[in-house]
Amino acid sequence: MSALLTRTRLAYLGIILLLLLVGIFQSWSVAMVMINLCLISAVMALGVNIQWGYAGLFSAGTVGFVALGGLAGVLISEAPIPEAWDVGGAGLIYSVAVLAALIAAVLIILTVMKPGTVRRIVLTFVILGGYFTVRYFFDPATEAIEGVNPAGQGFLGGLGLPILISWPVGGLLAALVAWGIGKVALGLRSDYLAIATLGIAEIVIAVIKNEDWLARGVKNVSGLARPMPKEIVLQESPTFIGWVEWLHSGALSTVAGDERIQMLRDYAQQDAGLFVKLIYMLLFTIVLLILFALAQRALNSPWGRMMRAIRDNEVAAEAMGKNVTKRHLQTFILGSAVVGIAGAMLTTLDGQFTPSTYNPLRFTFLVWVMVIVGGSGNNHGSVIGGFLIWFVWVQAEPAGIFMMDMLTFFMAPDNPVRLHLLDAAAQMRPLLMGLVLLLAMRFSPKGILPEPVRTVR
Amino acid sequence: MELLNTFALMSNYVFVPALAYGSQLALGALGITLVFGVLRFANFAHGDLMAFGTMGVVLMTYWLQAQGVSIDPLPTALLALPVGIALAVGVSLLIDRTVYRFYRRRRAAPVVYVVASVGVMYVLNGLTRFIIGPDDQRFTDGARFLISAGDFKRMTGLDEGITIKLTQALTVVVAVLMVAALFWFLQKTRTGKAMRAYSDNEDLALLSGISPDRVVAVTWVIAAVLATVAGTLYGLDKSFKPFVYFQLILPMFAAAIVGGIGQPIGAIVGAYIVAFSEVMLTYAYKRALMYMGPEGWGPDGLMQILSTEYKFAISFLILVFVLLVRPTGIFRGKVI
Amino acid sequence: MSYLIGKDMRGGYGGVDILNGCTIAVDKGQIAVVVGPNGAGKSTAMKALFGMLTLRKGSVTLDGRDITTMSPQDRVACDMAFVPQTNNVFAGMTVEENLEMGAYLRQDDFSGTMAEVFDLFPILKEKRRQFAGELSGGQRQQVAVGRALMTQPSVLMLDEPTAGVSPIVMDELFDRVIAIKETGIAVLIVEQNARQALEIADIGYVLVSGENRFTDTGEALMADPEVRQSFLGG
Repeated sequence: MSALLTRTRLAYLGIILLLLLVGIFQSWSVAMVMINLCLISAVMALGVNIQWGYAGLFSAGTVGFVALGGLAGVLISEAPIPEAWDVGGAGLIYSVAVLAALIAAVLIILTVMKPGTVRRIVLTFVILGGYFTVRYFFDPATEAIEGVNPAGQGFLGGLGLPILISWPVGGLLAALVAWGIGKVALGLRSDYLAIATLGIAEIVIAVIKNEDWLARGVKNVSGLARPMPKEIVLQESPTFIGWVEWLHSGALSTVAGDERIQMLRDYAQQDAGLFVKLIYMLLFTIVLLILFALAQRALNSPWGRMMRAIRDNEVAAEAMGKNVTKRHLQTFILGSAVVGIAGAMLTTLDGQFTPSTYNPLRFTFLVWVMVIVGGSGNNHGSVIGGFLIWFVWVQAEPAGIFMMDMLTFFMAPDNPVRLHLLDAAAQMRPLLMGLVLLLAMRFSPKGILPEPVRTVR
Repeated sequence: MELLNTFALMSNYVFVPALAYGSQLALGALGITLVFGVLRFANFAHGDLMAFGTMGVVLMTYWLQAQGVSIDPLPTALLALPVGIALAVGVSLLIDRTVYRFYRRRRAAPVVYVVASVGVMYVLNGLTRFIIGPDDQRFTDGARFLISAGDFKRMTGLDEGITIKLTQALTVVVAVLMVAALFWFLQKTRTGKAMRAYSDNEDLALLSGISPDRVVAVTWVIAAVLATVAGTLYGLDKSFKPFVYFQLILPMFAAAIVGGIGQPIGAIVGAYIVAFSEVMLTYAYKRALMYMGPEGWGPDGLMQILSTEYKFAISFLILVFVLLVRPTGIFRGKVI
Repeated sequence: MSYLIGKDMRGGYGGVDILNGCTIAVDKGQIAVVVGPNGAGKSTAMKALFGMLTLRKGSVTLDGRDITTMSPQDRVACDMAFVPQTNNVFAGMTVEENLEMGAYLRQDDFSGTMAEVFDLFPILKEKRRQFAGELSGGQRQQVAVGRALMTQPSVLMLDEPTAGVSPIVMDELFDRVIAIKETGIAVLIVEQNARQALEIADIGYVLVSGENRFTDTGEALMADPEVRQSFLGG
């Protein structure tokens, strides 16, 4: 145990050192951007670790839950668009009502009628009829909504609430979808969850990309509200300028007049950027610490003990009267919710919602690598993995180009092989990450920080 | 006459494309189901194995074209096929040796293989994109049509034509040949039977002296051959783009599970179910309904049940339906 | 010196010994029966003889040759055959294919052996084209034994072959086992139905807690009042 503790401390120390080096050699602004994304990655890794490390559940659809969190960002923070609601709101509400009625009708038919050909035919007609009725209201409504000021709006807008609310809401949204998919795929073979989550993720992303009335699809929603003032506002704020003056009083005292004003303005500009990043950093750190504490508590509670028992021997746990499927569902939902929260955080940080960026390599696979390299079953490991792998990910492309450059230095600058290799270096990421995962699984399956060995008391 | 026109229209836009697409899926799903039966995991890397093998075919085709080699009217890619197959077989065996064998020896849980296969997926994906790039490649040459719409209209006097692309006809013919060969192999040969025995009851197969490494190797060879052929046919019919091949795993998984995972015949039936559902649900029925209805009448919308952006949702819905109603699939495959 | 000997076998799973120095031997043309209460290590002893359990101590010899560290697959090649208690047929394959798989390692023409198996179990010939999974429990056991015989083994090991079959089928199966023994094969049976099994045994082993408690001819064990009292239900 104490060896692991030392290891954990060393790992955190190493990460801090790494980020300090980035700050010193690249810039503090770059380092802070990196830290913010590392924090979000750590939250995502924590969520996946709950699924994989605690319960051995493999979800291949993390990206879908990240996207749902991002969608929550738009739906919560954007101002509602009354014109859109005027032209299409009623139609949408009707179509939702018809859909609800259709589901009720199907459920009634399933309970009232006896199984057989007649029921099947009736069901087919009811579902088809209901579907087209939904479309009858839905299509014109969405078309009208998308027609409202399409260049800047063309969607329903959101609730106009502070964007921070979207973080828990993103988690809820992800949990809801996870519940549905878990209900279907859990309790069957372990591979089915992977396949089903892969599918649901593709669908979530297809919906987000194509349903423009919802969140503008691939036209993106930019300029999302922020949890703190914008840099421009800060630079003009006398309070902030006062802080800047105090902070740089030494440097400022060496100059005077217009020069001093100019210098102060430069500092204000620079510090405003850092200040915003710092606030994000604090917010993300708070979220990470809260979720981490909760995850740790859960892991060490009787619940966590039961989850491990189930993971290590499902048959025995089932024989002891544990409802394995129900526990798995719980864990899957919890993990997905954490991922959803991280998704909302990411959209908040970006200040925009861009569905085309949700690709499985970046948001499913990378997070997996983080968890496995960090040490599955160990929450500290997930955090370390989140930081470390994000760092590698960010550095992989320049490193790849650098490597190709070195490899081909003897070739003429316009040599086609050299050009192809330099061009292809951008494709190094999937290859590198795949190799990292395979090597980690093979040679260090416990990860950097292994799951603590718990002795039976 | 109107009915015949409707029929021709539907054949052209629904039946022929779905048949070709279904055949391509079937070859892919067969590979997935065989790997599942023998190695007992859902191989996420299968789509990218398809892409990898097809990449070999595409590059070889380009080289042959540059050399002026042609087997017009057939596409040059057929000549290049062995190269792609060799590439896919080689990489599959190499991966088994370096990745999966380790877990097999330790009798790892199936989910560990799945995670490893996702790693393999990205390695293959990265290699493919590294070598040929992420862009679209069109490598189809030779004659375009077996029957063109014009020919058909002249022959029958109908307003609607049926177009059969050469690649579509080729797909169906090759798929039928491959499937026949596969079933002959599985049913009649000693090695094929050993494969089935191993898939059926691994422990008893070991007690009968069947060597697992050999069975596994043969399985990878077959899966790689099927994957490359499927990928090449798909690429000839549409085009070759690595990302699209990655996306094909969902319909292929759906096909394998619908049919009953581990059951070759199920994979084929499942593939056609998925393909026909996909094409039929995303087809705009407006024109067909116009022929059926009274003169001059036509429905307002396109009469399309789902837009084509959601075609992957169809595989998924079929999958969910099967998992809810009959998780063993139509032909009662394996379920744990 | 018997043909197959497991001598002073010790070992188990996960650090806990199940076998505590038991010895089991069988000769060609002999039926050896291992009986004992639940958890006595009967099946484990058989697994150890077949190399499916690594022994911590002790040895296994076949025809005087030490095979203690040989893998189960290699033992199959050495003419040993094993019929597991459950999942002992290829359910999705026909009866005939099951037998063919039994002969997988043989390069020669095995149609003669298959004919012998069909002579031994005539019902299998009738059902040769049916899937083994569709047969009744007793018929399935016949397929399982038939599959094992296809290698023309010198040792046949049966792990509770009568578990879950009716008394009539059990008698018939034991008759067949006697016929198999008479072809000169060494037969080793682990049985829950001790009384019936000992009736056909040339030699019987009573195991308790992984140790030999009684070893004698089947007849003698049946006659021993202590054995009757404790293990045969009076």
